[in-house]
Amino acid sequence: MIVAEGLTKQFRAFTAIANVSFEVGRGEIVGFLGPNGAGKSTTMRILAGVFPPTRGRAAVAGYDVVGEAQRARSVVGYFPERISLYTDIAVRDYLRYVADMKGVARADAQRQLPELLATCGLAHMQHRLIGTLSKGYRQRVGIAQALVGSPRVLILDEPTSGLDPEQVAELRTLIRSLRGDRTVILSTHILPEVEATCDRVIIINKGRVLAVDTPFNLNQRLRRTSQIYVEVVGPAAAVYERLRSIEGVLDIGNAPHAAHLDGAAALIVSTERDRDLRTAIAAAVTGGGWGLREIRPVALTLEEIFLTMVADGGHASPER
Amino acid sequence: MKALVICRRELQSYFGSLIAYVLLAVFLLLSGYFFYSDLIFFILFGGYVLPTGLWQYVFMDMRLCALLVLPLVTMRLFAEEKKLGTIELLWTYPVSDGAIVMGKFLAAWIFFVIMLLPTMINPAIFYHFYHFDIGPLAAAYLGIFLLGTAFIACGIFISSLTENQVVSAMVTYGILVFFWFVTWNEEVAEQQIVRALLRLSLFDHFFNFSRGVIDTRDIVYFVLFVGFFLFLTLQSLGARAWRGVN
Repeated sequence: MIVAEGLTKQFRAFTAIANVSFEVGRGEIVGFLGPNGAGKSTTMRILAGVFPPTRGRAAVAGYDVVGEAQRARSVVGYFPERISLYTDIAVRDYLRYVADMKGVARADAQRQLPELLATCGLAHMQHRLIGTLSKGYRQRVGIAQALVGSPRVLILDEPTSGLDPEQVAELRTLIRSLRGDRTVILSTHILPEVEATCDRVIIINKGRVLAVDTPFNLNQRLRRTSQIYVEVVGPAAAVYERLRSIEGVLDIGNAPHAAHLDGAAALIVSTERDRDLRTAIAAAVTGGGWGLREIRPVALTLEEIFLTMVADGGHASPER
Repeated sequence: MKALVICRRELQSYFGSLIAYVLLAVFLLLSGYFFYSDLIFFILFGGYVLPTGLWQYVFMDMRLCALLVLPLVTMRLFAEEKKLGTIELLWTYPVSDGAIVMGKFLAAWIFFVIMLLPTMINPAIFYHFYHFDIGPLAAAYLGIFLLGTAFIACGIFISSLTENQVVSAMVTYGILVFFWFVTWNEEVAEQQIVRALLRLSLFDHFFNFSRGVIDTRDIVYFVLFVGFFLFLTLQSLGARAWRGVN
């Protein structure tokens, strides 16, 4: 549905992105992840038709974003990073204007409008001037604007930034509800958001794509060892000794952020890769007569994956 | 079609704010006052030839009113969208840059026509008392109409260069006033350069119209002038390809 091939964008001497390539399939929700200035917005702007790439090509729903710009734009709904809307127009009138701009037939627009307003939680605000709305509501108008005309592809540049947690949750639900129907590419700083909503992740840094994969695979690829979190009520030193003696255990450390443990020891047990030692650990703990409060495998968070990737310059390999 | 959508949106924006009414009021008050004083002058000293005795002065004065007001009409067209950032969304809708420019140009142009129409009341009242030949007056109106269209084209281009509305208006004034001064130099120096500039002078080409003379060369000049600045505006919008959005 979205194809980017060797996209490069230069602004005078500054190279914003270099040789960015990826594909997004129909109905997929793909997260675009990267630090500020990584080139996320530049890539999304190219896809949305704001400006053409310096080199490379991009196509949306089979339409080249440069050669068939009007057609490509007509299947895309775009939400820019810094959303700004006309302030002197009512929400309802604004969405009608957007429908006209997108070439949506009047009758269709008229029919879709109430549903769109309801979906975005704007029904009770539809007669208010956009200038009088709070930031959260303006954001919703921005989302509604992208959804006008039911575009097949949605390009959302940090759609949740500046929203309060409740609104973020609502928006996430909204995005998930589009799954299967629409192809969505969204950028964000909030990593759990990607894990919660996206089928695949594109990690980008300094204008280059570092990885394109599912959150699960990325996790697998980057894990050098398996880790298990164990919470034991018992003397820390003895527990430590006992666990250390289990075959396959490489290292034991204190779990970070372990507070309010009431005397329990929270440990991270590193084991050889692809070896599940949970049973052995549990047996060792109960065999020692201590209380086993919790035992679970530790998955790398996207944040950790991301930091590893960025630090390694994208060549992270689990084999090292 | 999309140009009309943009045009309607711009007109709503104009008439949704106080500025439109202030500009209209200033233009109509000034041009009304000038008509009155020019008419008095004509009755006292002007003789019998309306085109050179009255219309010429009325329209030379109306030209100044247009010069004063139109840069304030065009200053916001692109500058405001750039400042707000709304222009980015505009670029992602299935609409060509040409349609965007045409829509905005059309809106300012309709605004100008709305400004111009009520001024016809003055000669209409005059006509009620004295049946004059309408031809020269129509020519003069065609002239002011073309001149204003040229002002608008220039103003739109300048507006597309900046995100600051004051800068947009001031630079437009600068350029238009420059063309005015060029005409003044005509009497002072007879150099080659001045002659060349004279060919380019907006006001010089307007002069014939104001006296009731329609010259095809003048019309062609205005059409080229407008086309040239709209072309420059398109280029200016296209510059986002290498300059970026901001």
